[in-house]
Amino acid sequence: MAAVLESLLREEVSVAAAVRWIARSAQSSEVTAPTRPQAWPESAFRDDPGEAAALSSLRPLRKEFVPFLLNFLREQSSRVLPQGPPTPAKAPGSSAALPGRPGGPPRGGRGARSQLFPPTEPSSTAAAEAPSARRGGRRRGPGPGRERGGRGSGGLEEGVSGESSPWAGGRRPRGSGSPGSPSLARSDPPNLSNLEEFPPVGSVPPGPAGTKPSRRINPTPVSEERSLSKPKTCFTSPPINCVPSSQSSVPDTSPWGHGLPPGCRSLQEEREMLRKERSKQLQQSPTPACPTSESGSPLPSRTGNLTAEPADPARVSSRQRLELIALIYSSCIAENLVPNLFLELFFVLQLLTARRMVATKESDLEPIPGALDSLESPLFQSVHDCVFFAVQVLEHQFQVLSYLDKGTLKLLAENERLLCFSPALQGRLRAAYEGSVAKVSLAMPPSAQAVSFQPETDNRANFSSDRAFHTFKKQRDVFFEVLREWEDRHEEPGWDFEKGLGSRIRAMMGQLSAACSHSHFVRLFQKQLLQMCQSPSGTGGTVLGEAPDVLSMLGADKLGRLRRLQERLVAPQSSGGPCPPPTFPGCQGFFRDFILSASSFQFNQHLMDSLSLKIRELNSLALPQPEPSDEDGESDVDWQGERRQFAMVLLSLRLLAKFLGFVAFLPYRGPEPPPTRELQDSILALRSQVPPALDVRALLQQGLRARRAVLTVPWLVEFLSLADHIVPLLDYYRSIFTLLLHLHRSLVLSKESEGEMCFLNKLLLLAVLGWLFQIPTVPEDLFFLEEGQLDTFEVDTVTSEQGLDGMPVVDQHLLYTCCPYIGELRKLLASWVSGSSGRSGGFVRKITPTTTTGLGAQPPRTTQGLQAQLAQAFFHNQPPSLRRTVEFVAERIGSNCVKHIKATLVADLVRQAESLLQEQLVTQGQEGGDPAQLLEILCSQLCPHGAQALTRGREFCQKKSPGAVRALLPEETPAAVLSSAENIAVGLATEKACAWLSANITALIRREVKAAVSRTLRAQGPEPAARGERRGCSRACEHHAPLPSHLISEIKDVLALAVGPRDPEEGVSPEHLEQLLGQLGQTLRCRQFLCPPAEQHLAKCSVELASLLVADQIPVLGPPVQHRLERGQARRLLHMLLSLWKDDFQVPVPLQLLLSPRNLGLLADTRPREWDLLLFLLRELVEKGLMGRTEIEACLGSLHDAQWPKDFSEELATLFNPLLAEPHMPEPQLRACELVQTNRGTVLAQS
Amino acid sequence: MILTKAQYDEIAQCLVSVPPTRQSLRKLKQRFPSQSQATLLSIFSQEYQKHIKRTHAKHHTSEAIESYYQRYLNGVGRNGAAPVLLDLANEVDYAPSLMARIILERFLQEHEETPPSKSVINSMLRDPSQIPDGVLANQVYQCIVNDCCYGPLVDCIKHAIGHEHEVLLRDLLLEKSLSFLDEDQLRAKGYDKTPDFILQVPVAVEGHIIHWIESKASFGDECSHHAYLHDQFWSYWNRPSKQERHRNGSLRSFPAVHDDKGFEKKELDFCQGPPLDFGVIQLSRPDCFLLSPRNH
Repeated sequence: MAAVLESLLREEVSVAAAVRWIARSAQSSEVTAPTRPQAWPESAFRDDPGEAAALSSLRPLRKEFVPFLLNFLREQSSRVLPQGPPTPAKAPGSSAALPGRPGGPPRGGRGARSQLFPPTEPSSTAAAEAPSARRGGRRRGPGPGRERGGRGSGGLEEGVSGESSPWAGGRRPRGSGSPGSPSLARSDPPNLSNLEEFPPVGSVPPGPAGTKPSRRINPTPVSEERSLSKPKTCFTSPPINCVPSSQSSVPDTSPWGHGLPPGCRSLQEEREMLRKERSKQLQQSPTPACPTSESGSPLPSRTGNLTAEPADPARVSSRQRLELIALIYSSCIAENLVPNLFLELFFVLQLLTARRMVATKESDLEPIPGALDSLESPLFQSVHDCVFFAVQVLEHQFQVLSYLDKGTLKLLAENERLLCFSPALQGRLRAAYEGSVAKVSLAMPPSAQAVSFQPETDNRANFSSDRAFHTFKKQRDVFFEVLREWEDRHEEPGWDFEKGLGSRIRAMMGQLSAACSHSHFVRLFQKQLLQMCQSPSGTGGTVLGEAPDVLSMLGADKLGRLRRLQERLVAPQSSGGPCPPPTFPGCQGFFRDFILSASSFQFNQHLMDSLSLKIRELNSLALPQPEPSDEDGESDVDWQGERRQFAMVLLSLRLLAKFLGFVAFLPYRGPEPPPTRELQDSILALRSQVPPALDVRALLQQGLRARRAVLTVPWLVEFLSLADHIVPLLDYYRSIFTLLLHLHRSLVLSKESEGEMCFLNKLLLLAVLGWLFQIPTVPEDLFFLEEGQLDTFEVDTVTSEQGLDGMPVVDQHLLYTCCPYIGELRKLLASWVSGSSGRSGGFVRKITPTTTTGLGAQPPRTTQGLQAQLAQAFFHNQPPSLRRTVEFVAERIGSNCVKHIKATLVADLVRQAESLLQEQLVTQGQEGGDPAQLLEILCSQLCPHGAQALTRGREFCQKKSPGAVRALLPEETPAAVLSSAENIAVGLATEKACAWLSANITALIRREVKAAVSRTLRAQGPEPAARGERRGCSRACEHHAPLPSHLISEIKDVLALAVGPRDPEEGVSPEHLEQLLGQLGQTLRCRQFLCPPAEQHLAKCSVELASLLVADQIPVLGPPVQHRLERGQARRLLHMLLSLWKDDFQVPVPLQLLLSPRNLGLLADTRPREWDLLLFLLRELVEKGLMGRTEIEACLGSLHDAQWPKDFSEELATLFNPLLAEPHMPEPQLRACELVQTNRGTVLAQS
Repeated sequence: MILTKAQYDEIAQCLVSVPPTRQSLRKLKQRFPSQSQATLLSIFSQEYQKHIKRTHAKHHTSEAIESYYQRYLNGVGRNGAAPVLLDLANEVDYAPSLMARIILERFLQEHEETPPSKSVINSMLRDPSQIPDGVLANQVYQCIVNDCCYGPLVDCIKHAIGHEHEVLLRDLLLEKSLSFLDEDQLRAKGYDKTPDFILQVPVAVEGHIIHWIESKASFGDECSHHAYLHDQFWSYWNRPSKQERHRNGSLRSFPAVHDDKGFEKKELDFCQGPPLDFGVIQLSRPDCFLLSPRNH
């Protein structure tokens, strides 16, 4: 493989030819001719027979070239950048990092810089197993070959025959086989995505606490002269290249600074010491995974607390070679031959911002025997070389850069190295920056809203029984309780989801028995999920690993503070490097843990069903497809809305798909791929029988065909990112990967022809796909497989219809939202700025976050036939806003129409039903028959009237739509257009309303009538008086009456006083009693505050009070002698009570209590017994019609059961007989005083 | 009028182990003349309920019941007119109404074949005339009218207060022209749990957004807030109103309304913000305030 590179370097083969050669290998079927980078002259593409010959001999190696190149560059950079440019790479062992791990940071402590270039031992193993690891064989060999074989290993193994490769043996620049040495092992291409190995500059150690962080290394002062080069002094020291004079006071702030002869000498010594130190560490940690084994880790950290070495274009060592390789490299990037565009950009930026190197080129070259070959000598011999190379590549990638967000552009444009090496590029970047409007905030707006109650689905009518309804209610409460607790506590250290909430969740799940309750709960779950996590990257507030970027939080003037902060912090924070494994940040973590803790099969199944349904629904959502109108400024405003809506749909889809993937692959997910091939084969055989949870392949094909890849692919990627290790090996998913791979290749950014995808759309797809290819569970070699099946992919080119892909639906904000890892570029550049001690302060700016709003309801496009086509044609010629307006109006008016029908027609029918029911009840008596039967009768009478709904609906739409359209369209709209729009709106609204009404009106009427019937029947039930007409207070009433509660309380006090026990001096005054009854009257007349229970109690208390009055039991305050109420006073009070009972109480007064044994017993206890008041009261009651004689008789009859003193019973009989025997005594003859007199006499006589 | 937490605590302090009788309340009134009877009663009731919750179980062991019943029988055997049951309740530090219930239940168990249903007992407590034994009926009645914290009458008073304050609140909302949906309307819409009012347009009070109002007409101490929240209001967090939650994410603001009628009314809303001391804001009437006892 190196031969190719060498021949390139020797200029035997032109770069253009080489790229063509590689590209052909990548697209072997040659459906499309390899496209050329724009920068290349036409002549470069002419085939040179000599070149062709030189290359054709290497044909079998073609597809290994790219992995080789990437590997080579990483290798070279690693040698030159001793602090180990933390280019993330796919970890060989990172497959162990479960995506579902809480908190998200990738696991596994194997992350060692050295692992990127694995030692020979695994490579030889891999080579030995090459046959089984062939590309065609999805069942690749297990063991180290699979485990450690990095990017593209499969292809390499296939092409190179083991150790005999020119690169396998002695030509390796360093001792081969020494673990951790940066060998050019051909079978060990870089693992580009391992954060552990190559954490990004300034990233927080992603590993668990137990892992030794590979980046945080305290500088070891190895000599006295170095004492000043502590990080903090470095940190504050001015940059060398601009203020060299200031260094005089600080003799040697940069340990490897140039031009200081004594430093050079001691440098040698120091390096020697370092080497010893390194070898010591190597011995201590025999595994290649030793975090500090290589790459000069003991050197001062890469977090930027060392002054960067200045880069000088004049000191670049071998320009031509660098230019050539940069060109090849850029061409590979441009042709999408590299798996991850942004990873490469990240790498390049790392080179650009490399702070220093192990060695200066003159003094410290490793002794390499026979270093004559152009590849033998290090490519990057100094920082100058790195920067030069980086700038070269960046020049070629300018187009991509120009689409990055404004902040990144600014940082790039103001990078002094870039300015130094290529003022032209800097100029272009600055221009791009100035023209850019792509402000992207990396800060996430917090969002945690709860699902609101959904009356249409959550009410009782949707449940089979009251029980199910109540259970659901309870579950909902538990769910939200759990959620709240999680929100409050999940950031507390030591809090564990499972321990804290697991049992509660399972208990709740245990209650979900019926399938319907599962679906209810799942609906709630899903809604809540969408609501909480839909916001960018689903972070509700600050979340572990997602701490807000320090840099973006500090304003320009705060750099001093930032510096202080940096002194304290190990590293600025980061969100996980340019290729983070799939995580569930923020609120998503709750839902993931909930699913895990619930561990309910039924729940998962329902959830999958529900998610699949929603995904299908959203994926097929007819997003408006207006022509990108270019003539007026209005289109821009419109596109804002389009984009917002698209973004909402896309983000929702991604979230749903992620969870679908999570649940669907949950049963299969394990930490490691199957250990043996046999096991794997059997698993494969089994799994290939299982139908996919959602037919994503069909959806993908559909999406490609309809040119909606920009919508479909991002969510599909989310879905696949959570797949287990076996999934990519299954035929079904294999074909999906192949499709995606071809899509990736076809998205050449420089191609901008008619019907092509928009640039940012492409960029989004490239970013997500590139990320997917780096997911641990995706086989490392997948990307570099040769000759995929193109046939499935050709569907893409068939249709030319304008789809979403061709519309500028993606903007930078969405791009960065979907792929937050692109922001790492900016962070890298920002940390460079902060590291160079504030000279370029003011780069980092706070950016106001922008948010997207909710997704508006989508009008369905249902019009058919010629009319529909006409309408479509009409819209085609109008600005897109017109169509949206019309559709919006139609949608709203249609919906309002239904509501209107409900409120008018249906309400009328319900009223009719009620009156019919009343008639029925009257004719059939109180019972009225079976309610179900009644309902049937009513419905059969009323439902036919539902037909009116359609006509009324039509009228409504006809009446309301035009006005709305007119109000919403510009005034200047031509009359004909306006009237057409109005007509279409009317039509659409009518269609919508009528479709709903004709389908549902009968059911609706039925439901409402049913409710009315049960209401009426219930009202017929007990306590009719309470439900009967109630008089309100008079109009003039100002509601100043005492409150009922106050009165009950007062009367209760009187009762308590009367019943005792009481202190001797306690009592009530007659005036107080009178006042109390007066107030009671007021309260009863002003009914503002009166509720039936209070009134009932008042009535009862008043009867009790009367009993006490009659029995003369109320202790009266006053002159000491008088402790009883005067007769006259008592009678006055009783009169007041009688009038209250008669006129003011609206509830039945339990007057029979007067004759209850207990109350009469009060009389029995008094000596001498006084009956006159009782008789008076009873007569008045009869007279006023409050009680009938028969009623009194009944009460008295029941008295006989009680046990009384004998004389008392006799008295009772004597007294009441005359009362009961006077059926029609005229009032004048029944003088109360006479009665009292006589009765009293009797009593006295008897006693 | 506003009651501070310190004042509340002072009152509550006086209520430790005090029987819930008229006499106790009278003493309390003498001790705190500036507080209205209703306020004191409300606090008394609340504190006493806490006390009962703590001690409830020990009065319901079968031994305890048996011993109470025997003491009752002995007592009425000696003198049926004496306040046997009331004295017993006060002596063992239990609410008279609840003691009446225990004895009644025990009595019915002895005299009926089937164990009495709850509804029968409740109905007898509401109307002691139904109690077959005249002496017991009198004893029970005495307990009920003398108990100021428990019993059907007290329940009715509380219910009435609740209703009255709902009406007051409604008037207030109408007066302020705030558009709202009341409980009945909400129920008609199918909501299962309903606050008293949901504001159709949220208002900001004291910097907090209020979406709904629930009047509880009992004194809003910390404990009852938590209970209500748990039983009823947390579900509102998700339901009828969109609640904004602060980043610290907890629900803790519970303003209480006091008015000139002297009853405390609590309006709950899920406000956010850093804990404050009692913040007072005049809502609408000179005698009506919002009180936010956040910093318990």
